[in-house]
Amino acid sequence: MKLPDLAELAVRNLRESVLRNSLTTIGISVGVASLVAMLSLGIGLQQLASRRLMKSGLFDTVVVTSRRDLRNFNRDPERSGPAPGESRTLDEATRQEIERMPGVLEAYPDIRFITELRYEDKPHLTMVAALPSSAQSTDAFDALQGHFFSSDTATEAVIQKTFAEELLGRLPKSGLDETNVAELAVPLLGKELTMRYAQREAAPSAASSAASDSAAADQGLAGAAYSVVSRQLKLKIVGVADLDPESMRGPTRARVFLPLKLAEGLHVMQPTDLREISRAPGDQPVYSSVNVRVKSPGQVQTVEDSIKKMGFNTFSILDASRSIQQFFKVLDVFLGIFGSLALAVAFIGIVNTLVMAILERRREIGIMKAIGASDGDVKRLFFAEAGAMGILGGVVGVALGWAIGQVINLGTNVYLKRQNFPPEHFWSVPWWLVGFAILFSFLVSLAAGLYPAGRAARLDPVQALRYE
Amino acid sequence: MSSAGNSHPNGAPAIRAQRLCRHYRMGETVIRAVDGVDLEVSAGEFVALLGSSGSGKSSVLNLIAGLDRPTSGSVIVHDRNLAQLSREDLSRYRLRTVGMVFQSFNLIASMTLAENVELPMRFAEIERGKRDSLAREALTRVGLEARMNHRPSELSGGEQQRAALARALINRPQLLLADEPTGNLDSHTGTEIMNMLREFNQQLGMTVVMVTHERGLAERYAQRLIFLADGKLVSDETNSALVTGTERERR
Repeated sequence: MKLPDLAELAVRNLRESVLRNSLTTIGISVGVASLVAMLSLGIGLQQLASRRLMKSGLFDTVVVTSRRDLRNFNRDPERSGPAPGESRTLDEATRQEIERMPGVLEAYPDIRFITELRYEDKPHLTMVAALPSSAQSTDAFDALQGHFFSSDTATEAVIQKTFAEELLGRLPKSGLDETNVAELAVPLLGKELTMRYAQREAAPSAASSAASDSAAADQGLAGAAYSVVSRQLKLKIVGVADLDPESMRGPTRARVFLPLKLAEGLHVMQPTDLREISRAPGDQPVYSSVNVRVKSPGQVQTVEDSIKKMGFNTFSILDASRSIQQFFKVLDVFLGIFGSLALAVAFIGIVNTLVMAILERRREIGIMKAIGASDGDVKRLFFAEAGAMGILGGVVGVALGWAIGQVINLGTNVYLKRQNFPPEHFWSVPWWLVGFAILFSFLVSLAAGLYPAGRAARLDPVQALRYE
Repeated sequence: MSSAGNSHPNGAPAIRAQRLCRHYRMGETVIRAVDGVDLEVSAGEFVALLGSSGSGKSSVLNLIAGLDRPTSGSVIVHDRNLAQLSREDLSRYRLRTVGMVFQSFNLIASMTLAENVELPMRFAEIERGKRDSLAREALTRVGLEARMNHRPSELSGGEQQRAALARALINRPQLLLADEPTGNLDSHTGTEIMNMLREFNQQLGMTVVMVTHERGLAERYAQRLIFLADGKLVSDETNSALVTGTERERR
C-alpha cells in the first residue's frame, strides 16, 4: 500500500474510535509535554547561568601574577619552574608579549591603589582601580546610571553604589540590597571628586645619593632611584554602577574606577614598586598583576598554559565553569529521565490501545487479508496508526509543554518583580527540542506499535473470519 | 459460452487439488476437516461444493482461496502450487487471482461502499484517479451507483452482497469463490445474487466455486455438484438438471 493511502486509512481508523484514540493521544501529549517542560527548564536554567557567568567577564579572563609576588592566587605554590627569587618580573614587555599570544583579546595591567578622594571637602578613603573600555560590556554595568568613560584618558570616574551611599552620607542598609541606584545617581552625576595620590617619579640622577653606598653600587643597584610626589587630580563622576564589577576580588575590590590609560599615565605608586626597585630598568612600570582577556572561554586553557610556561602564576575560574557545565549536563539527564517516565506510561497506553484495536478489528483484519492485504500491509497500517498518534501527541505535547513553561515563567517573573528582582527568562524551548520531542514521540509510538502490528499481521484470516 | 455439461470447457484445469488434507489439532484429538480430497475444476466452470455443516466444504474453499494452507497434499491453481507459495506471494495471489464473497458479506463497516470496493485496489497500489472510476463502474454494474457513499449498515442484505460482489470483481480475478453467498438472504434477493454470479461466469468467463448446503440452489445454477462428507469427497457429478434445463431453453 502506498504511503498516502496508508496514512489516510490510519487516520480514518483513528477517527472511528475517536474517544479511545484521543485519550491515548492525550496520554502521549502529557508525556511529551512533561519531557519538553523538564528539558526546557534544564536548558533554560543552563542558558541563564552561562549567560550571567559569561557576561560577568570571569570565564574568559586569566589573571597573571608574578611568581615573585609571594601571595598569589594559588594556595599551593607552583612547584615547577624557577624559584620566586629567580623568576621574571611582570613588566610592560611581558604584558605586550602576552597580548601578542594567539587567542588573547587584550592584556591590561591591574592598577589599583588605596587613596583619598575628596567630595565636597570631606575625605573618603577607598580602593581605586583602572578599567579598560572593554569592561563596559560586562553585566556589572548593565544597570549603570549615567555613562561609561567617554574615552580611555578622560578624567572621569565611575563609582560603585556603596561608595555613592558613602558620599551622600547614607548608611548602607543591611540585608537585602534594595537601594535604588537611579535615585543615588541623581545628586552625584556630573559632580567633581578630588583624588589625592602618590606619584612615582624617576629621579633625574641616582648618583647624588648613591655614592655613599658603595656596596650597593657594586651589585649594580646604584642607578635605581625614584621620588614619590603627592599629586591631586579632579575627576568628574560620570556613572554610578549597581552591581559590583569585582565581586570575585573580595577584600581588594575597588569602589572607584578610572579609565585605564588615564590611570597608567598617573604613575601611581604600586606596592610592587618597592620590591622591584632593583629589577625595573628606568621608568618601565612593573605590574602586580595583568588581566588577560581571551577570545573565547574554550581558549582559556591553552593561553593559561603558555603563560605558565613563561614562568608566571595564573588563575582563572575555568575549572569552576567546567564543573558548572557538568552539573547542568547531569541535571538535564535527570530532568530528561523524569520527563520520559510520563512518556513510558504513554508507551504502555499505546500498546494497550492498539492491542484492544486488534481484538476489536479482528474481523476487519481478516477481511483485508481475504481481499488481498499482505502481512506487510496490515503491519504498516497499525504502525501508521501508532505513528499518527505519536506525531499528533508530539505536536500537542510540545505546544502543551511550551504553554506550561510560559505560565511558569510568567508566574516566576511576577514573583521576581514583587521581590524587586529584574525579570529573568529561564525557560527555553529551542527549535531542536521541538523537533526532537516530536521525533522522539513518533519513534516511541512506533516502538509501542511494534508488538501489536506484528500480532495483527500474523492473525490467521480463517480464524478471524470464522465467527460473527 | 462454453456448452453446459462439458466439465472441461477450455481443456486445462484451473484448479487441481491432489490428496488435499487439512487437519486441526484440538487438544488431544485431531480434526480432519479436509481428508484426502482430489478435485479438478476447469477454467470457466461453475462448481458447487455441497455438504452438511462440518463436511469440510468451507475448508476446501479456504484452501483454494489461499487463506489457509494444506497440512498435506497440494492445491494447484493456474499452475501455481499454493502450498509452496510464501505468505507474501499468497497474499498477492488472493489480491490478483481470487475474488471472494461470504455469507455475512464482510464489508468493512466504517467504510462507504465506494471505499470498500476500492480497498483491494489500494492493496494493489492502483492510483487514486483510476480507483475512483473503476469503483464507480463496478458499483454501477451491480446497480448500486446511487448508494456509493452509504455505509454498509444503511443497506439491505442484498445490496450489501451486491457491493461485496463488486469488490470481489474489482481486480478482475480469474477465480470467484463464494461461501454460502445467499445464506443470509431471502429467496428473492438470493436469486438476484445467484443470477449475477451466473452472469459473471458466463460473460466474463470466470471460474466460480460456490459453497452451499442448499441442493436446490446448486442444481439451478451449478454445472457440477461436488458432495463432501467428513472431509472426504463422496460424489462429483455433472448437473444433469441444469443441462436438460438449458437445453430445453435453447430449443
